[in-house]
Amino acid sequence: MIEVKDLVVDRGKLRVLDGFTCSVPTGSITGLLGPSGSGKTTLMRAVVGVQLVRSGTVTVLGQPAGSAALRHKIGYLTQAPSVYADLTVRENARYFAALHGLDSAHADQVVVDVGLGGAATQLVGDLSGGQRSRASLACALVGKPEILVLDEPTVGQDPVLRDELWARFRQLAADGATVLVSSHVMDEANRCDRLLLIRRGELIADDTPAAVKASAGTEDLDQAFLTLIRRHGDALDQGAPQKGESR
Amino acid sequence: MTLLHTTARILRQLRHDKRTIALLVAVPTLLLTLLYFMYDNQEMVFDRVALIMLGLFPFIIMFLVTSIAMLRERTTGTLERLLTTPLRRTDLLFGYGIAFGLAAAIQATIASALAYWLLDLDTAGSPALVILIAVTNAVLGVALGLLASAFAQTEFQAVQFMPVVALPQILLCGLFVPRDQMAGWLQAISDVMPLTYAVEALQQVGAHADATATMWRDLGIVAGVVVLALVLASLTLRRRTP
Repeated sequence: MIEVKDLVVDRGKLRVLDGFTCSVPTGSITGLLGPSGSGKTTLMRAVVGVQLVRSGTVTVLGQPAGSAALRHKIGYLTQAPSVYADLTVRENARYFAALHGLDSAHADQVVVDVGLGGAATQLVGDLSGGQRSRASLACALVGKPEILVLDEPTVGQDPVLRDELWARFRQLAADGATVLVSSHVMDEANRCDRLLLIRRGELIADDTPAAVKASAGTEDLDQAFLTLIRRHGDALDQGAPQKGESR
Repeated sequence: MTLLHTTARILRQLRHDKRTIALLVAVPTLLLTLLYFMYDNQEMVFDRVALIMLGLFPFIIMFLVTSIAMLRERTTGTLERLLTTPLRRTDLLFGYGIAFGLAAAIQATIASALAYWLLDLDTAGSPALVILIAVTNAVLGVALGLLASAFAQTEFQAVQFMPVVALPQILLCGLFVPRDQMAGWLQAISDVMPLTYAVEALQQVGAHADATATMWRDLGIVAGVVVLALVLASLTLRRRTP
C-alpha cells in the first residue's frame, strides 16, 4: 500500500507536484499515465524515497517513504537503464541480489526470467537498448520486492517479450506485491487494475480502466485520455475550482 | 557484507576495463623512466624526486579515476538506485576506498620494483615502507576524489577539481621549495594539507634506515584525513535529491 497525501515537489523553479494525493493498493498493478513532464517520474522518486519534497507525506507499507526498513522491500526501475555498462548482465544482477542478501543462483534465474539468459555473460555496454533496459529491470526485480516501482519498463521491447514481462508483473501482484508502473502505451494501461492519470502534477483520473473509459464515453483508452485531458484543460481555462486548490 | 560485495563489484568493473588497468600500471612506470633520463648523472636528485613521485602518482591518478567513477554512478542513475537498496552510504564509499586502494597497491608495487631494480633508486629505508605510503596516498586520492565528486555535476567540472585540490598540495608539499624556506603563511597553508605529511613520510624513509616516529605520525595523519574525507563524503551524499 502506498499513500500519497498533499505532496508538493519543486524541481528547479518548477512546481512539479502541487498538493498531489493518491493511493496505490497492495496486490495489484497500478498504471501511472500522463504526458511527459506531467510529474510521473517525480512521483515515483518520491515513493522510493530519493525525491526531496517540499511538503506532504508519502507512506509506503505504513512507513514514511525512504525509511531504512523499506529499502529491503523496494524494487525501483529508473527510466534510463541504471546498470553498470562495464559489468556483464549476470554480474549486475548478482551485485544487486547480494545487496539484498540473496544468492547468485537467484540472480541468474531473474536474468533468465527477463529473457536475457542468452546474453548473461555479455557486458551491458555491448547490449542493444531494449536488452539494456531488461538488464536494468532484472536488477529491480532481483531483490524480491514487495513494492515495485517501474518507470516505463517496457519501452523498446518487442510485443512477445512485453507480454511475458506483464505476465511477470501480474504474477508478482498476485503474490502480494504493490506494483506501480508508468507507461506511454495504452495497450499496457488496459492491463492495469487501476489507472492514475496525471497532468501538470494533478491527478485527473483515478479508476479502473473500464471506469475511465466509461466516464469518457468511449471504448478506446487512448481516446478516453484525450477526452479527460481536454475536459480538464477546459475546466482550467474557465477558472473552475480544481483539485489541490481547496487546501 | 554489502561493503564486501561493493568492493568486489568495483574491482570487477576495473577488471573488464583492460585499458584502464594498462594505464594504471604503465603511466607511473613511464613517468619514472622519464625522470631517470632527465636526471642522468644526477643520482642524488633522481633519488629525491623519484621517491616523492612514487607517492604522488598514485594520489593524482586515483583522485582522477575516483571522481570520474563516482560521477558516473550519479549520471547513469546507478547511485540513485543504490540509495533505494539496503546498501549503506559508508559501505559504498569505503568500497571505493578499498577497491581502488588494492589497485593502487599493485600499481605502487610495480612502479617501486621498476624504480629500485631498473632505475637504481636508492633510499636508506625499506621499499616496503615506500609502497605502504604510496598506497595510503592513493587511498587519500580516492577519498578526496569521492568528496570532490559531490561538488561536481559534470565530468568537465570533476576534472577541474584535480588542479584545484591536488596542484596546490603538490606545489606546497616541499618538493619544489623546502618547507622551512617558504614564507610563513605558505607554510601555514602547507601545514593543513595532507599531502605535506605524505611527502615528509617519504623523505623520512629516504633518509633513515628504520621507520621513524615522524614517519608513523605523518602516516597516521594521512590515514586520519582519509577517514575524515570518507565520512564527509558520505554526509554530502544525500539520499534525497531535488
